[in-house]
Parts: sequence; C-alpha cells; structure tokens
Amino acid sequence: MSFPLLTATAVLPAVGAIATAAVPAARRTAAKWLALLVSLATLALAIVILVRFDPGGARYQLTESHAWISAFGVRYELGVDGIGVALVALTALLIPFIVLAGWHDADPLETGSKRWRPTQGFFALILAVEAMVIISFEATDVFLFYIFFEAMLIPMYFLIGGFGDRAHEHGEEAASTQRSYAAVKFLLYNLVGGLIMLAAVIGLYVVAGNFSLQEIVQARANGSLHMATSTERWLFLGFFFAFAVKAPLWPLHTWLPNAMGEATAPVAVLITAVVDKVGTFAMLRFCLQLFPEASKWATPVILVLALISIVYGALLAVGQRDIKRLVAYASISHFGFIILGIFAMTSQGQSGATLYMVNHGISTAALMLVAGFLISRRGSRLIADYGGVQKVAPVLAGTFLIGGLATLSLPGLAPFVSEFLVLVGTFTRYPAIGIIATFGIVLAALYTLVLYQRTMTGPVKPEVTAMPDLRARELVVVAPLIVLLIFLGVYPKPVTDIVNPAVKQTMSDVHQTDPKPEVEAAK
Amino acid sequence: MSTAAVHSLWTTASDPIAKIGAPKIEYGQLSPTLIVVGAAVVGVLVEAFVPRKSRYYAQVFVAVVALCAAFAAVVALAADGYGTTKARIAAMGAIAVDGPALFLQGTILLAGLVALFTFAERRLDPAAHGNRVDSFAAQAASVPGSDSEKAAVKAGFTTTEVFPLLLFAIAGMLIFPAANDLLTLFVALEVFSLPLYLMCALARRKRLMSQEAAVKYFLLGAFASAFTLFGIALLYGYAGSVSYGTIAQVVEGTIPNVDPALADTMGNDALLLIGAALVVMGLLFKVGAIPFHMWTPDVYQGAPTPVTGFMAAATKVAAFGALLRLLYVILPGLRWDWRPVMWAVAIITMLGGAIVAITQTDIKRLLAYSSIAHAGFILAGVIATSKDGVSSVLFYLAGYSFVTIGAFAVVTLVRDAGGEATHLSKWAGLGRRSPLVAAVFAVFLLAFAGIPLTSGFAGKFAVFKAAAEGGAAPLVVIGVISSAIAAFFYIRVIVLMFFSEPRPEGPTVAVPSPLTMAAIAVGVAVTLVLGVAPQYFLDLASQAGVFVR
Repeated sequence: MSFPLLTATAVLPAVGAIATAAVPAARRTAAKWLALLVSLATLALAIVILVRFDPGGARYQLTESHAWISAFGVRYELGVDGIGVALVALTALLIPFIVLAGWHDADPLETGSKRWRPTQGFFALILAVEAMVIISFEATDVFLFYIFFEAMLIPMYFLIGGFGDRAHEHGEEAASTQRSYAAVKFLLYNLVGGLIMLAAVIGLYVVAGNFSLQEIVQARANGSLHMATSTERWLFLGFFFAFAVKAPLWPLHTWLPNAMGEATAPVAVLITAVVDKVGTFAMLRFCLQLFPEASKWATPVILVLALISIVYGALLAVGQRDIKRLVAYASISHFGFIILGIFAMTSQGQSGATLYMVNHGISTAALMLVAGFLISRRGSRLIADYGGVQKVAPVLAGTFLIGGLATLSLPGLAPFVSEFLVLVGTFTRYPAIGIIATFGIVLAALYTLVLYQRTMTGPVKPEVTAMPDLRARELVVVAPLIVLLIFLGVYPKPVTDIVNPAVKQTMSDVHQTDPKPEVEAAK
Repeated sequence: MSTAAVHSLWTTASDPIAKIGAPKIEYGQLSPTLIVVGAAVVGVLVEAFVPRKSRYYAQVFVAVVALCAAFAAVVALAADGYGTTKARIAAMGAIAVDGPALFLQGTILLAGLVALFTFAERRLDPAAHGNRVDSFAAQAASVPGSDSEKAAVKAGFTTTEVFPLLLFAIAGMLIFPAANDLLTLFVALEVFSLPLYLMCALARRKRLMSQEAAVKYFLLGAFASAFTLFGIALLYGYAGSVSYGTIAQVVEGTIPNVDPALADTMGNDALLLIGAALVVMGLLFKVGAIPFHMWTPDVYQGAPTPVTGFMAAATKVAAFGALLRLLYVILPGLRWDWRPVMWAVAIITMLGGAIVAITQTDIKRLLAYSSIAHAGFILAGVIATSKDGVSSVLFYLAGYSFVTIGAFAVVTLVRDAGGEATHLSKWAGLGRRSPLVAAVFAVFLLAFAGIPLTSGFAGKFAVFKAAAEGGAAPLVVIGVISSAIAAFFYIRVIVLMFFSEPRPEGPTVAVPSPLTMAAIAVGVAVTLVLGVAPQYFLDLASQAGVFVR
C-alpha cells in the first residue's frame, strides 16, 4: 500500500493544531514556531502532491478509499483532480504566510488566568481550519465533504469572534460587541446554508443509495440512476444555496464584510482566500457533476446573480471608509467573476475561474496582509486616518500598490490572466453579460486607486510621521507573494496545465462544448 | 389446553384448571431488572440498619455494584443472542426480551451509572458544619427555613435515600421499554415516575422551588397516568386482552378464536383509536413532546441538577422505547391513522421547542426547551416506521443521553454564593476564567446543535435519513429548519462564554471530585467517539432494530 499522501496532508495540520494547543502558557513563542513549522511541512507535502500529480493521467489521482460508516453508505474516499490539486496547493501555500503575518496578533495584553492561552488557541485554530479545508478539497465522498464543510465553521467562528484588531475607533467594549456580532452572523449564515444542504445530502442518499461522487456520476452517465427533473432541481438548489452562502454570492454575501472587517487581517485572508474557495470549488465539483441538467437549468439566474455581485460589490467597495471592508466588498466582486466563469459553461470560463481562485487567493492575501500591517501601525481601519504614507514607509506603500494593482487585474500580474479568461469564456456564450461584467474592472480600478491615493499619497498626516516601514518578518510575508503574482502573471502555464484537463472533464460531465468561434459578418 | 374434553349434556368446554399454574419466570432473562430491584431493596435495608455515618458509602457501593452487574447481565444476554435470534417473550407474556429492549436497557443502565456519579458528588457544595454534603436536602421532611431544617443541617444529615430511589426509578425504566402488555407498561410507568417525583423535591438549595417543581410534576404526571390507564381500559375493551401480541392480532384481524363474551365490543375501531390515542398521549407526556410539555421547563429548573440530568436522559430513553414498541408492535396496522397525528406532534415539537428556547435566560430552562426540540427530532425517526427508523432512534437516544448528563454535570460546577449560578448572564466570560470547563460545555452544546464530528450530528443524520426514506421528506426539511433555529441559542451561550467580558462578581467554577469529572469525561468521550466513528454503534443499533411479538 502506498503512502496515504492526501490523508497525511490533512492529518499533519490537525495533529499540529492539537500539539500547538497543548503548549504550556509560558511557552508562547514555542507555539508560534511549532505552528509555522507544521504549516511549512504541510506545504512540503502539498508540493509533493503537486509533483506526483500527472495532469494527463486519470481523473482522480492519489486516491484513497476505506470503509467508514457503512450504515450510511459513507466511505472515506479521497482523490484530487487538477482543480483540487491547485486549491490544496494554494491553501498550503497561504497558511505559513498567515501564521507569520499573525505572529503578534494573539499575544495576550494582560496575564489573565494561567489556563487562558489565547496565542496557542489562535495558531491551533488556524491549523485546524487548514486541515479541514484541505480535506474538503480532497474528499470525493459527498458525506465526507459535508462533514468538514460544516465542521470548519467552528474553528473559523472562534477565530473571528475571539481575536480582533487591538485598536478600535469606539473602544475595546464596542470592538468586542461588534466582533461577536460578526462571528455569530458568519456562523448563522453558513450554518443555515449547511443545514439546508444537509436536507439535500439526505435526499441525494435516498435517491442514489450512496455518497460516492464517482459512482453517482457514473451511474447517472450510463443511465442506471435516474433522477426526476424536479428532484434533481431541488437537490441542486440545496447544494448550491450552501455554496452560494460560503462563496459568497449576492444576496447572501452580507456576512463577509462584517467578518472580514472585525477579524484580524490574517484571519480575514483565511476567510476570503482559503475558506470561501471551498464554496466555489464545490460548485464546480459537486453542483456541476452531480446535477448537470439542473445546473444548466439554473444558469441564467446564477449568471445574473453573479453579475449583480460583480457590479454591486465593486460599487460598494468604492463607497467604503474602512480599508478592510473595502477589500471585503472587492472580494465579493471577484467571487462574482469566479461564479460567472464556472456557470458560463465554457472551458475558458471554467479554467479562468479555477485560475481566478488561485490568483485571488494570492492577490487578496498580499493586499490584505499589507493593509493589516498598515492598520497595526496606526491603530485605525479608516481610510481617512491615513495620508502620505509612501513618503514615510515607501516599501509598505509599494507592496500595497502592487497588491492593489493585482486586485484591479493589471496586465502582467496574475489576476489579469484569469479575469481575461473568464470574460472571454463568458463573452463567447453570453456577449451581453460579458460586456456588463467588464464594468467590474473599471470600478476595480476606481476603488483600488482611490484607496491608494487617499492613504499613501498627499501630505503626510501628523499621526503617520513616525510610522516604521515594513519589518523583516513582514517582508518575508509579502515578498514571496508579490514574486508569485508577477510570475503567474507572466507565465501562468504551470497552473493552467494542471487545471485544464480537469475542466475538460467537468465540461463533458455537463454535456457542454465550447461554442464555435464565429464572425458575425460571415453569416 | 389442547385436552379434547368429552362433554355431556350438563357440561361444556371450559379452560382446564391446569391453566392456573405457578407462573413461570425466566430469572436469567429478567436478571438485569431483578438485580436493580434487589439492590434497591437492599438500599432500603441499608437506610434502616447501617449507621448514619457509613450509609453514604454503603449506598454508593451497592448502587454501583448493582448497575455494573445489571449491565453485565444485559451484555451477557445480548452476547447469548437474546437480542436477535433468541428474542422471546418472558414472564408469562409480560416482558419482551429482544434487541430494542436490551439496547435500551443497556443505555439506561450506563446513563444511570453516570448519573449516579453526579448524585454522589460531595465536593461542590461548601461543607456544612464540617460535613461534606451533596446536592440533596439534609432532611426532606423538614420545612424549608424552619428550625428543624437548621438542626438537620447542623447534624450533618444527608438524604442517602436518593440512591435506592434512583435504583427503583432505573428498575421501572428497564421494564418500561420491554413491557409487552399494557398493565406491565402502566406498572413500570408508575414504578419509575414515583421515585422521580420524590427526587425532584429534594434539592438542598432553593428548596421551595424544588418542591413546587415536584408538585407540578406529580400533578401533571398523575393526570397523564390516568389518561394512560383509561386508554388501556379502552384498548382492553377493544381487544379483550392487554397483551401487545393479541391486540396486534385483533388490529390485523388475524385473531384465531374470539371470546364470545367480548364479541360485541371486539374490533370496535372507536375504542381502538381513542384508547391508542390516550396511551400514546401518556407516553408523549413522558418524552416531553408539545403539547404535553408544560411540565418540562419548571421541573428541569426546580429539580436538583443531577436529578434533572438523569431525568432528561433516562426518562427520555425509556419513554421513547415504550413508544416505539407500542407503535411498531400494536399499531403498524394502523399506520395511516397515527402517522398524520404524529407528524403534527413532531412538527410543533421541533419548531416550538427551538423557538421558545431562544427567549430563555436560565441555562436549565434553556436545556429543557432544547430537550423538547430533541424529542421532536427523535419523533421524526419514530415516524419513519421502518427498521432503520428503530435503529436510528436507538442510536440517537444513546448519544443524546450522555450529552445531556454531561451538560447538566457541567451546570452543577458553575456556582456562586447562592448555589448553582444558572442565570445565563452569570455565565459571561466563563471561557476566560475556566477555558477547560467552557470548552467542554461548548462541545456538549455543539453536539446538541448537531455539528459534524459530534454524536449529535450522527444521530440527527440517522433519524433524518430514516425519515426521508420513510417518505417524510417535509419533516426532514422542517427538522433542518428547526436545527438552524436551535443552533442560534446554543451559539448564543458559546458567545456568552467566550466572547463576553467576565463579570467582576461572576460565579466561580468549583473543582469537583473525580466522580463528576468521570461523568463529564464519559460524556465528552461518548460524544466524540459516536461523532467520529459511529459505525460500531450503528451496527449494534441496527442489529437491535427488530421487535419480538
């Protein structure tokens, strides 16, 4: 029996989480280093997976399958396709940066009870989220996926509600209230989504008799499993609702600005760059594959919702006074693009969407983490409290600019490629929607550049004059992300090579082919 | 009775005298119950003859040994095949020894054992005049606040009678789900209810509230018993027998020989429907389903917390066991008559319990309403009317009872000057002061909420799956919605514990003896094991899913 690589990638951070939580209260720094080491080791395993994965090979690779709860027809089945590999790698890549960026975020202000160990808890929770996210990218059993899709809410909830920015415009009391409000909102939205999905999961079992993704897809393809049209649509809606809350798609998005605004910057990155990807990933893997007909049926509505997300998210981002909320609304706009790409049902659109998930993860991490460094220096999230930072802290301003330019999809940076692919993919099938979506890019330029202009340029505000530039630890966090952004912007082939075969497969599951390119005049 | 008698003009066939023989009792198969009853009697003798100082130890010893021995007897019977192939009816048709009975008896015994640990806890309340005291009144008969009460406290009295009472209650609960005729059902109901009424009145603190709770419970319980008894009478009129098997035959119309004296009323559907409804009502009262739930919050709040935990767990197990047997053995032929009614009860129980719980400000009342909502979820599994339905309910009950006892055990730890600090506002910031206790309670709350990787999720999935397969998809949807509502108030408690600032005059967390620690640890362990690796227990429940008739 070969080494269970996929299991190991998830078990390692899980064990690391327990070990980190068990570090004694006095050895705070040891807990941090332990968490960092574990996340780096997980990254190493993810790289091994990346190398071992053969893009031209079988659809699901490195598969593992064991009996688990036979009474429910549930098996412990793991396997990755190109999309899964890309996202596992993204997760494993981002966690060390998140850990490093949050190095001091959970240092206790005062020594409370001896048993109160917030630092250990913070890093343990991050690792726990990593483990659960990775296993949900790998699961090919619907039940197994569901368990971790739901369970990851709990550590995430404690991360949002338990740890926040030190300074707050209205004082510590108000900060604590808003934080727990944000955490509860996050949990309730996602829990309701998840519970509705639970009904659909049970329904799927009643119809199909097991939970194996591959078996169900196969049975549906060769006609041995018939699903009534209305059943398929209801089940699709149950699944899609949960993923749309998680992604998030307008009008189910309102938890995200609260959660990202109140959480510390690294946790905000964890939410938007890692956890939310499970939602869009699951649309590709579960909605399209299990319910191809219903997916096509729902496409028009979903495209319109995605379009609204793009434009509405961008418009609200323009109007934000708070840096973190601005990035949150920008993310909503970007998730609109991802969902647009998935449901455009073209191969460019879907490869673009997958690539977008990876690139959005990296670019948001870069922008948000630098924003977090900025906020920790001044103790305010309000844009109006800053000005002229680039004269005081040029490196910080420069990296912030690159992160921002990546967010607005400047050509030469990674997100441009994916956004372009999504738009091309959408345009070939739905020209009108493609054109409207393009306005999202224009608005993105507006909110990013205005943000940069107001905070970094202009006269130096008195409170900012003593602001130190990026420290060594912070540079270590930002530099690799920026290098990646530029590299993938110039040469996206490594990722697209891995992703494309999986996308082709998904397209054939939905019985879709790319529309033939045609010139209007030639008709 | 096959004697072919020769009859003359002056004689007619009558039952031979030999029918009144000595009753045949299968002592081996009834040993779990007999052991517990015997130990309870020994407990009474201990009260009478053992010096006051050593009573506590003697009682705890007797009870622990009895419960362990009874559990061993259950395991031995199950290993012998009495749960599956050798399932039979014992004690002259009064008691069934089959899979569901043994599974539920095992669950009740284990839950009773864990509850016994919380009963025996003597480190939480500050010592009175140098004597260690438990959660029970010094002298139940003394008027609250009177001189005789003070004297009793000063003398260091403790009500060690709770241990035999607990054993009697457990004995009744063991018979309840195994009862195979309606009279045994009723006797078992009374045998476990009366000790419970008493134990509810025995709180050491807030005695008036505790006595009020007991009176409420007793009055409403007596009404419910009366209804049950009336229903039994009607069912007897309908079938001419109180035996489940015979009633089922009459319902199906396959009864071989009809007693001519009863021929007029036998098979009268009005008697059957009204009788069955009344009996089911009595059982729904015991499980705390809406609209028969009114006693639950007051009694849960007023009773001593260890008793509340035991009652919430074991009573529910026993009563659902009896309900399952009644509905699956007697009434399957009536499925389409009782299902719509039970649908309605399940729906209002799930929604009502979850919605009303939101407004609660006392942790014990909150858990009471949560237990009502859970009764609704379990009813969804009962309604499935399939083998999966039975086994899912068995599994749910096993998981739920340990979560409940564990949760109430944690409640006993959080105390201030007035005893247990059950008002929710006092729990603010508990996570900062005692992270471990708060984390353990959070695990229990997440299990109640049905979050994956806890026993609550596995159980909920099992009953909803069974219900969906049984054609009750709308029930599943409503169940899911009420789970979402319920999640809100469980989460509110977690928010309060972890994200609120601790109050300066807030409660302290008492350090318990190993007894309560063991109860809580067992609760956590069962919750996680049933959540992560439920396969073995699901198999066990599914093997035990067939009733004997």
